Amino acid sequence: VDLAPVLDGFGVVLEPTNLLYCLIGVVVGMLVGVLPGLGPAATIAILLPITIGIEPVTAIIMLAGIFYGAQYGGTITSVLLRLPGEASSVVTVFDGHALARNGRAGTALGIAAVGSFIGGTVSIVALSFVAPLVAGFALDFGPPEYTALALLGILLVATVSSGDRLKAVIAACLGLLLATVGRDSFTGAERFTFDNLSLADGLDFVPIAMGLFGLGEILYNLEERHRAVHAPAKVANVWPSGADLRQSSGAIGRGSVLGFFLGILPGGGATLASLAAYAVEKRRSKTPERFGRGAVEGVAAPESANNAAATSSFIPLLTLGIPANATMAVIFGALLIQGVSPGPQLVDQEPELFWGVVNSMYIGNILLLIMSIPLVGLFVKILRVRATILAPITVLITLVGVYTVNYDVFDIGLVVVFGALGYLMKKLGFDPGPLVLAFVLGSLLEDSLRRSLLLFDGDPTGFLTRPISGTLFVLFLVVAVLPAIQAVLHRRRASRRPAQSTAENKELV
Amino acid sequence: VTSPAGGTNVPGRPGGLTAAGATPEAGPGVPPVEPAAEEFDLEEAIHQVEAEEHEGRPPAAGLLGNLLVAAAVVALGVAGVVGSLALEVGSASSPEAGTWPLLISGAIVVQGLALVATARGTTDAERFNRTSWLVLAGLATMVVFVAVISVIGFEIPAALLAFVWLRFLGHESWRTSVVGSLAMVVAFYLIFVAALSVPIPHLF
Repeated sequence: VDLAPVLDGFGVVLEPTNLLYCLIGVVVGMLVGVLPGLGPAATIAILLPITIGIEPVTAIIMLAGIFYGAQYGGTITSVLLRLPGEASSVVTVFDGHALARNGRAGTALGIAAVGSFIGGTVSIVALSFVAPLVAGFALDFGPPEYTALALLGILLVATVSSGDRLKAVIAACLGLLLATVGRDSFTGAERFTFDNLSLADGLDFVPIAMGLFGLGEILYNLEERHRAVHAPAKVANVWPSGADLRQSSGAIGRGSVLGFFLGILPGGGATLASLAAYAVEKRRSKTPERFGRGAVEGVAAPESANNAAATSSFIPLLTLGIPANATMAVIFGALLIQGVSPGPQLVDQEPELFWGVVNSMYIGNILLLIMSIPLVGLFVKILRVRATILAPITVLITLVGVYTVNYDVFDIGLVVVFGALGYLMKKLGFDPGPLVLAFVLGSLLEDSLRRSLLLFDGDPTGFLTRPISGTLFVLFLVVAVLPAIQAVLHRRRASRRPAQSTAENKELV
Repeated sequence: VTSPAGGTNVPGRPGGLTAAGATPEAGPGVPPVEPAAEEFDLEEAIHQVEAEEHEGRPPAAGLLGNLLVAAAVVALGVAGVVGSLALEVGSASSPEAGTWPLLISGAIVVQGLALVATARGTTDAERFNRTSWLVLAGLATMVVFVAVISVIGFEIPAALLAFVWLRFLGHESWRTSVVGSLAMVVAFYLIFVAALSVPIPHLF
């Protein structure tokens, strides 16, 4: 690894203005992240407008801050309110909330911050070594490889999304269809624009993400009878004690490594990682009965793992240009707006941008650790503000915020339309994540497919005869067909269960 | 025979903390012991947290609802197909503007039909009930906001939106609602118009 560009990147990141923006990013990321029901994807989407209009490098650094702040916001609500913002912090609830009930909320939040920091840092260091290698491998990918890769990426995310698989794939297809709106880049023909001038350049990413994730979520929550939420009045002793740190050091280490590797997988990386890390710690523990009743390791392990995984899921984004989950799709959109197009050529051709992104992650992560601990009191205060008061504020921020991107009232209209769509999708069991992901990959996928077809002279078997695209397509088919086969096998096994279990017993004896 | 169930005393597994560096003594031949009565089941606990999150949600939609959703998906796909056919469809060797939209729309139709087929077993859609009117009201305030902002600026529609959300959707008191909505508009004005000079249409 050539170190010069890496260090150059640090020089840029450490400029005071950039540090300040990163700090703002971390704080607002946490502020919005603690709002009930808003996971990291929604938080980043709502805050996209504030990263627009400032210098690209600064904007990216701020984005990294928002990213880590939003991640930690979910931890705060998990521990204090038993409300995980997203699937990857569900496991934190068990011991985190148990600790809070025992009056040790500060310990849980502190150890989570330390674990997140270490997990994130381990993951960034590993990423710095792995990413250039992967990018080098992907450098000679042609249109057929990209077609296969984008299709596989979308399918994998749809497969591991929460809810029904078929519905997730339908959502993804809808995203692909929305991406075709506007002028066709090959022929210049206008598609699905209904003679509307504002649609001629295609749909903008920001109103779609803000509407589906932000407004959709808020509207969805309106239907819930408001639960009485009990945030503790005061959270004391946020600095974890030496004993707590010693007790959880192993958990943090193992969680970080596990999280890094599982996070590279598309889709459920972070969720899987936090679950696996928790299970490992419980199995290794000499006193597994403490888990679920306020074990510090039970917070440290999943938090280290999900932050490590969230960070390593940047690898497929930065090296292949394929976002691995909904949050990365939002980051992808944000980077595109800043003029950074993530992909294999990024490390090679624009090293300063690539290392700028990576190094800003270090800074975001460090600032998270520094800021989370003194600010916990503030977040507790925010959590005590009723959701009924926070909801209209968030709505107004979204409506006014989306206007600031293009200074166009049409965008406010779009965000409302997509807010309604997001509500309907959540209500009817369609995960909006795959839609947003497919939307950002839509034009890449169509371009590559059309180029490939021209290359192969219309013969689709051409995809299978090239080694890499062939392998990816076979994988695509396996992922598409496997669940159906599994379902059949499962049914068969269920009917054979009694016979099998007696056989197992015999083996043990 | 597998491990004894029912929390009987298991030899070779001392309770309590083991001294640092030492491993719990477990003689060879002693079967691996699962903690007897499992008080904390990970999978179950996850289900519980997720169920808690869905507490207070409307019940699942019935067969008719699921069929309507599936029909809507099919209709969307058909509309996409019609729209794509209106464009140049082209062929595999010379793809045109309509080729890709046609492929996706076709896929949506097929998947919509699959939804129809599986409608009976679907449980993840929710029923629309009386609380759904709240959502419609919330959406209405936003539609009003968009419709009038270019004419009369953002202050009045924003105050109206905040007031409706506070008073009627959030059941806050009249006083909180009035004061809150005014305070929000003032704050937004100060931040976006006075401090950041965003050219959002405004009255003052």
